[in-house]
Amino acid sequence: MAEFKELPSDAPMAQKALNWVDNRFPLSKLFNEHMAEYYAPKNFNWWYIFGSLALLVLVIQIVTGIFLVMHYKPDAATAFASVEYIMRDVPWGWLIRYMHSTGASMFFVVVYLHMYRGLIYGSYRKPRELVWVFGCAIFLVLMAEAFMGYLLPWGQMSYWGAQVIVNLFSAIPFVGPDLALLIRGDFVVGDATLNRFFSFHVIAVPLVLLGLVVAHIIALHEVGSNNPDGVEIKANKDASGKPLDGIPFHPYYSVHDIFGVSLFLMVFSAIVFFAPEFGGYFLEFNNFIPADPLKTPPHIAPVWYFTPFYSMLRAITTEMMYVLVACVVLGALLGVLKAKINGLFKAVIVGAAVVVSALMLSIDAKFWGVVVMGGAVIILFFLPWLDNSQVKSIRYRPSWNKWLYLVFVINFFVLGYLGILPPSPVGERVSQVGTLFYFGFFLLMPWWSRLGEFKPVPARVTFKPH
Amino acid sequence: MKKILMGLALALGMSSAVLAAGGPGIPMEKAPKRVNDMAALQNGAKLFVNYCLNCHSAGFMRYNRLRDIGLTDKQIQENLTFATEKIGDTMKASINPAQAKEWFGANPPDLTVIARSKAAHGHTGPDYIYTFLRTYYRDDTKATGWNNLAFPSVGMPNPLWELQGQRVATYETVESHGHETQVFKGFEQVTAGTLTPLQFDNAVGDLVAYLQWMGEPAQNTRVRVGVWVMIFLGLFALIAWRLNASFWKDVK
Repeated sequence: MAEFKELPSDAPMAQKALNWVDNRFPLSKLFNEHMAEYYAPKNFNWWYIFGSLALLVLVIQIVTGIFLVMHYKPDAATAFASVEYIMRDVPWGWLIRYMHSTGASMFFVVVYLHMYRGLIYGSYRKPRELVWVFGCAIFLVLMAEAFMGYLLPWGQMSYWGAQVIVNLFSAIPFVGPDLALLIRGDFVVGDATLNRFFSFHVIAVPLVLLGLVVAHIIALHEVGSNNPDGVEIKANKDASGKPLDGIPFHPYYSVHDIFGVSLFLMVFSAIVFFAPEFGGYFLEFNNFIPADPLKTPPHIAPVWYFTPFYSMLRAITTEMMYVLVACVVLGALLGVLKAKINGLFKAVIVGAAVVVSALMLSIDAKFWGVVVMGGAVIILFFLPWLDNSQVKSIRYRPSWNKWLYLVFVINFFVLGYLGILPPSPVGERVSQVGTLFYFGFFLLMPWWSRLGEFKPVPARVTFKPH
Repeated sequence: MKKILMGLALALGMSSAVLAAGGPGIPMEKAPKRVNDMAALQNGAKLFVNYCLNCHSAGFMRYNRLRDIGLTDKQIQENLTFATEKIGDTMKASINPAQAKEWFGANPPDLTVIARSKAAHGHTGPDYIYTFLRTYYRDDTKATGWNNLAFPSVGMPNPLWELQGQRVATYETVESHGHETQVFKGFEQVTAGTLTPLQFDNAVGDLVAYLQWMGEPAQNTRVRVGVWVMIFLGLFALIAWRLNASFWKDVK
């Protein structure tokens, strides 16, 4: 406990008030630890804005969400009408609703860019493993939040999208059908589903999300931020113990972020005011038709931010299972021949490969599609332990790594694009190759990240004064 | 690298061809842009009330919102509502849903946001409705005696036939690759309507503009407010940029 401090009676009123609080709550201490005396590397580039922007969008979503709940009705008979009521009869309701719908998509734009920044600069490497793991958990929870929120307008796409995704759970052997029933609360998506999704969307999931965001930031401020050079600024400190390449977050990065926020808000507002549907990608055209359980739309696609993963789900066909079994066998073979482990472990590898292959051939491909889709997100959690590179940042990795990351990004976009389209033979093949590449990128990382010629990492960060 | 890019381009091209095949068979015509034109919107509202509202509701649209397109409460009450309706009521059709289903095979859909829901990648909702309402023709093989190019075997008979008159579709036989196929050639006027074809297109343009406006009555306000927001943010960004620069100029 801090010592109780007394100020002289002629001290200014504001100082006395702050002192009164500080004696009872660590206000100045918290502000200093996380803002004024939190030393961030001075060589951040524009990639480093997206963390602050994600926090901004989270606040936008919570505040607009609070106002939407005041008028929205979570009832299958009136949900669609209540959204139109908000759009028409609630003063400025259209603005609140468009901010929320645009915010949902922009949240994913910002979070994808934020994650990619971490990927290229090695921000997940020791000692920041937990920062990354909390971040991946935020991404996973955010997906649940977005999925449940998308049901609420109760349009055709809301309804059938939820129907398709919840049905995926029924592919799980033994417990699947009952699990899907438990999620829906009914045999088809209906009023019960809408009510529980509403409850999850407005209270349960946001609570988890906020907790994870706090954990993410506490973990980050414990270990300190990484930077584009991947150099630890705490390795070089001045006499008073401050990092030589660090700079107080406040005011330097707070003014930096205000500038970044103003640019982001211009993009955000341009969408809200001039293209809120964003060509049918942020608000889908079909969703302006009320949900009709008797009329299945000819083509059901999830919203754009889920489509890369949806593509991977659709890529897993019965044919594709043979390819995957071949991958498992090949992996086991390599393990047995190459790995320097004793015979017992090798026997375990062979046994596991046999069991997994048998399961892969005996259980429906649809189930494995679900496993692949889930695995595509879960695999991100393991990134800190997959990367064997000598250096953190892409700047000092072998030059060909840049091409590899470029292909990774293009592949992700192609998968996303294919996920929007109706299934086609060509699309299926491309998405299968894309899925193999996506998983190959991560699963083979322990091997390829060691290869090539690394460049010397400087002792201090590279910084050009503005 | 070049090969990969070409393969990608090919894959994208093919998949968009597949996507296009799902839509209606005829190209959509561009609807005139009149959502800012008060006279057109008022004429559209009149046409909507006279020709659509008997069977189709606009269940989320209140009559008094028509103030936004320059009508007074008195004008709305006297010209556009039925005697029993109040100005704050929503636009409800008087048709009996059970009978409608029996007559047309389906309930006439609500039209409040129809202009938004009929959009697709490649055309806007108004484009679709503008094309749809102008491609009706007589077809005795259908129960209603009407058919439509944009929506083949549509359940709704031509609601604007008094204005447009009656037309039939003519086809010509085209031979390609050894197959003879029937290709749509054009319409032939059978009986004249009360409007000339040019006047009719103009009237449909007004009606479509009204439907577009009704889909989102706040849209003109939205754009107007948006311009001010962008100007404010532009100035804000300028100040934030200079503020940032003044803090960072001492960082070496």
